[in-house]
Amino acid sequence: MTLLQFDDVSVNYASSEGAVAAVRGVCLSLDAGQTLGIAGESGCGKTTLASTVLRLLPQSAEVRGAVLVNGADVLTMNWGEIRAVRWSQAAIVFQGALHALNPVQRIGDQIAEPIRIHEQASRKQVDARVAELLNQVGLPATRAKAYPHQLAGGQRQRVMIAMALACKPDLIIADEPTTALDVMVQAQVLDLLTGLVKDLGMGMMLISHDLGVLGTTCDRIAVMYAGQIIESGPALEIFDNPKHPYTRALAAAFPRIGDPSARYAPAGLPGDPPFPDDLPSGCAFHPRCQIAVAACIESAPALIEVAPGRMAACFRVEP
Amino acid sequence: MILAARGLSVAFNGGVRAVDGVDLDLPAGEILALVGESGCGKTTLARTLLGLEKPSSGSVSFDGQALSYSSKALKHFRSQVQMVQQDPLGALNPRHTVYDAVAEGLRVQKVRGDEAALVANALARAGLRPPERFFLRYPQELSGGQRQRVVIAGALVLNPRVLIADEPVSSLDASVRGEILSLLLSLRNELGLTVLVVTHDLGLAWNISDRVSVMYLGRIVETGPTAEVLTNPQHPYTKALLSVVPDISRTQPTVLAGEPPDSARIPKGCRFHPRCPVVMDECRTTSLPILQPTIGHVAACLRHSPSDQR
Repeated sequence: MTLLQFDDVSVNYASSEGAVAAVRGVCLSLDAGQTLGIAGESGCGKTTLASTVLRLLPQSAEVRGAVLVNGADVLTMNWGEIRAVRWSQAAIVFQGALHALNPVQRIGDQIAEPIRIHEQASRKQVDARVAELLNQVGLPATRAKAYPHQLAGGQRQRVMIAMALACKPDLIIADEPTTALDVMVQAQVLDLLTGLVKDLGMGMMLISHDLGVLGTTCDRIAVMYAGQIIESGPALEIFDNPKHPYTRALAAAFPRIGDPSARYAPAGLPGDPPFPDDLPSGCAFHPRCQIAVAACIESAPALIEVAPGRMAACFRVEP
Repeated sequence: MILAARGLSVAFNGGVRAVDGVDLDLPAGEILALVGESGCGKTTLARTLLGLEKPSSGSVSFDGQALSYSSKALKHFRSQVQMVQQDPLGALNPRHTVYDAVAEGLRVQKVRGDEAALVANALARAGLRPPERFFLRYPQELSGGQRQRVVIAGALVLNPRVLIADEPVSSLDASVRGEILSLLLSLRNELGLTVLVVTHDLGLAWNISDRVSVMYLGRIVETGPTAEVLTNPQHPYTKALLSVVPDISRTQPTVLAGEPPDSARIPKGCRFHPRCPVVMDECRTTSLPILQPTIGHVAACLRHSPSDQR
């Protein structure tokens, strides 16, 4: 069964200069036990898209389309129904664990909070559950008494993951869970997340700007640019053989060590990602695209199948 | 050697030995990548090379002269050796225009001459063209890549011979990262600048550096030409770091347990032994000498026999 489905989702933020389109017509789906990677740079709309699942966007954001969690559209739910979805059906691991954790509360109490709110459990049952969760994320149960500042960066991120698991959600959304971490700790956290998805049969939506991270941990990847999906497909294929020129640039940004063509040749993309309130005409990527043609300035290419299981939105990619 | 360190140690209050015995040579015109995890002492080493920290033992020399820590001597030194900070938004004052941010070094150093022309020249060399268009902009009006170029222009305005860049691209978007790395590379190729890049990013080292030094717990544990160190690593720590770089063609990653260790408690023997996947009994007791600067490829590991050292 489809765990999560985005059905033509668009998000507009209200601003003094009119509506700003942060997400534009996204269609995606994720099955239980699978990991979906969302790749993209800051401002491309990936965090906004993830926030629609738990209705975490401000009132000023106008969301259209449908976001189905276990078949039910969260966009039409009342607040009571939304509260039931939050934590127990879907939970988010935010980036920047230091800022997301309460500095003056012991981590055990922070992990216990969603359990106390969402489940009828005695104090003893809650304590046992907290110990079990800490164990699950590879921390000793005695760390429940620690404050966030007493933990290292990777340990704090483990606490965030334990909190997300507290009410046994079906879906976990991890927004740049390893961005502030060192490579070794990043590898530990990614191992932990993929292990949990496998062991608990959850679905995971993993957001990152690092195509290498997504390529090695996800089943499928969708690449976002200026609020739209511009390429999607099996993770290894996207990482290994990207079709859209933007995905190719993203893949080249983190070179393969040992690849002689990347020595003394850092691959860059001229220009900067567009601001959502000032999108270029036609294909939003055309001002930075090395292979753009006249058609790209005039009209936006649709996301079409370019190979079995592979979609791309580019006039220059041959089906 | 334009910049060198011998037996360098930097200790802070409470016995934290952030840098604990480093010999380092930076020849003119070279790009050296100093890599390691957070807490390994790489930023403290860079700050000490800049004269921002005083070593507790050992010395830093510039052009063969030991660095003097009088404020006059340091002022001259800093016109020659400039720092590029990570996080350009934090490094730039939001109330200063681009012009003022770049001109600050000229004013501190009381450089005579046409200030506007010098600022324009530095901005142009950092790739902000035409420079006059950026003079009156504020940092928050610029993109992340442009801000990092302003920070680099501020370092270039004094015509330094050495740039020390601390994680110059870690806060930038993936697509902008290559442009900034290309800029560093062209500054070396065209102006002959010497560059020390401090980073945890091995891909960056592969992209632009001539040599790599790998730091662990206050010491350099492996050093050599980039292509050799990164394709034929000798130290188990370097091997582990390389194995966790996401890559689908990689062999089984060696994920070391635990967090980066604490420089207040440096283990006896080889300092890497508690996390080493190939540790031997003698590693727990035998301490290793400081790696000597060499043009070859060396590693501080008992399993790496000296006969391999060229």
